[in-house]
Amino acid sequence: MANAQEAAAPNLGPAVELRHLHKWYGEFHVLKDINLTVRHGERVVVCGPSGSGKSTMIRCINRLEEHQRGHLFVDGLELTNDLKQIEAIRKEVGMVFQHFNLFPHMTVLENLILGPTWVRKVPRGEAIETAMMYLERVKIPEQAQKYPGQLSGGQQQRVAIARSLCMKPKIMLFDEPTSALDPEMIKEVLDVMVELAEEGMTMVCVTHEMGFARTVGDTMVFMDEGEIVEMEAPEEFFSNPKNERTKLFLSQILSH
Amino acid sequence: MTDTTEKHEDWSRPPATEVGIIGWLRKNLFSNWFNSILSLLAIYLIITTVPGMVEWALINSVWGDKSPEICREAKGACWAFIYEKHRFIFFGVYPYEQHWRPLVAMIIFLTLIFGSCVKPLWKLGWWIAVAWAVGLVMVGILMWGGVFGLKYVDQNQWGGLPLTLFLATFGTVFAFPLGILLALGRRSRMPAIRSLSVAYIELIRGVPLISILFMASVMFPLFLPAGISIDTLLRAQVGIILFGAAYGAEIIRAGLQAIPRGQYEAADAMGLSYWQSMRKIILPQALRITIPPMVNGFIGGFKDTSLVVIIGLFDLLMTSRVAFQDINWRPFFVEGYLFCAAIYFCFCFFMSRYSQWLEKDLAKGQNH
Ligand SMILES: Nc1ncnc2c1ncn2[C@@H]1O[C@H](COP(=O)(O)OP(=O)(O)OP(=O)(O)O)[C@@H](O)[C@H]1O
Ligand SMILES: [Mg+2]
Repeated sequence: MANAQEAAAPNLGPAVELRHLHKWYGEFHVLKDINLTVRHGERVVVCGPSGSGKSTMIRCINRLEEHQRGHLFVDGLELTNDLKQIEAIRKEVGMVFQHFNLFPHMTVLENLILGPTWVRKVPRGEAIETAMMYLERVKIPEQAQKYPGQLSGGQQQRVAIARSLCMKPKIMLFDEPTSALDPEMIKEVLDVMVELAEEGMTMVCVTHEMGFARTVGDTMVFMDEGEIVEMEAPEEFFSNPKNERTKLFLSQILSH
Repeated sequence: MTDTTEKHEDWSRPPATEVGIIGWLRKNLFSNWFNSILSLLAIYLIITTVPGMVEWALINSVWGDKSPEICREAKGACWAFIYEKHRFIFFGVYPYEQHWRPLVAMIIFLTLIFGSCVKPLWKLGWWIAVAWAVGLVMVGILMWGGVFGLKYVDQNQWGGLPLTLFLATFGTVFAFPLGILLALGRRSRMPAIRSLSVAYIELIRGVPLISILFMASVMFPLFLPAGISIDTLLRAQVGIILFGAAYGAEIIRAGLQAIPRGQYEAADAMGLSYWQSMRKIILPQALRITIPPMVNGFIGGFKDTSLVVIIGLFDLLMTSRVAFQDINWRPFFVEGYLFCAAIYFCFCFFMSRYSQWLEKDLAKGQNH
């Protein structure tokens, strides 16, 4: 990911910044005054009970959800209703979903080159080369000509990661990338993510894989009922949680 | 002893009762008492009706260039009627000595249609479009004439099969994209576009095609400034397109709704624009799902073209009916309708089979 870092170097501001962010679904206040800053190269791991607003928060970062109050900056650009701005930001932000969301009517390779050729206007040959390189990295180059439906869950998720990487994003968002996987496939996906983290990718990752969080996380964010309750470095977060809710959550999640 | 022989039975083949003719009969016709009764009933019906029909249509029938008197004496079908009138049925009141023109035009037209259905030819890409452009110009020249020494034939004189084919084909070809736009419009986030689409679809769907054609022919000219007139054929064509689009839109909308939200989100997250994600992600999947109802619609639309008679166009069904208005041949309307039905059937059956093949072909590799 040397490229991404070099490209990011001139911009000394944060990769992502959420300032006093609020969001409502109708009357329901999902996000309450969220403040979060992600530096370039930082790995933020978000955890918290179900329904606490984790997905909603990271989906705001690439405008899959719209926030209603506060400001959100990605790589120095503010997210507004301006379509051009939204598309510009989405180019720089990759996202990996819980349910992979690969395009089932396209082969793996076609899935990978779609974004680069249509959004980044990369020549097809070059896009294929890049795609094959990333497929090597996620260790499934031999599946290039298959359709997603023919792959295992773990393989599909690795394709999904490769698909995001092909866009050469500066920031990667992960929304519970392993929680739809069978246990024996979780590791193969986490390995890819660890490798990515070691290369210096800026990552915001919603996950309950605490082992992963400890290994690669720079910052732990704990959310509950739409609020960021605690934000700490992992050692501190796991050994010495301050908030009662964090303690309760950790005791539940680490007990099994 | 029987036990051991059974144990040593050959397990590499299914039991004898499941294979062969007996096995097939048993499985398909006599699997239980209810099926058996139905099968016997069906066999009884076949025995009582089919021989009579064969006798009428093939054995006692009159073929070729025979007079109506011979037909009247015969006990069977009078195919001589079709022989006598086939040119009128096919081409209507198009000048008789010029019939080769609609014939050639129709052959070109059908070649274009069937050619476009052949998968290996899809590789030609834009050349298909070029072929259509050239082909349609040739069809136009042949049908209208007025150039290259061809006598001019007004389109009021077009009729029969070419007319039906033109109306149906252009109806489909233009209604389809219009239907896609309407379906997308109905799901648009922009209120103006959404309500316009809804209004259009509900309005058009709420009235029968006949009244749309009627309005197109009688009322529409009233609103046009004096001196400007749109040809009847064109009006019928526009009516059919507008009608088909409203129905198509609802079918396509069902397809769009069947696509999981994750597909839209993945496309958005990648930075694809709205039109890019529709074109590359959503529509290819949605349209594939809608092939069966869509083709159902095409087939219905094909047959609905026969309603254009109410504004005075002579489509295939009408030319068949006019053919037995001839005082000599009046008793043989059954033959006339059968012939017409057979032609319709060929086209509709082709559409149905083609769509089944297309569905299978598109599903290849994607096992889910
Ligand atoms: N489209 C929506 N309309 C209304 N409420 C919604 C919508 N999407 C989410 N919510 C609600 O917002 C809250 C936060 O949802 P969110 O998906 O962000 O939670 P989460 O922390 O990701 O939970 P999980 O761990 O289960 O994924 C939940 O209570 C959910 O019911
Ligand atoms: Mg979630």
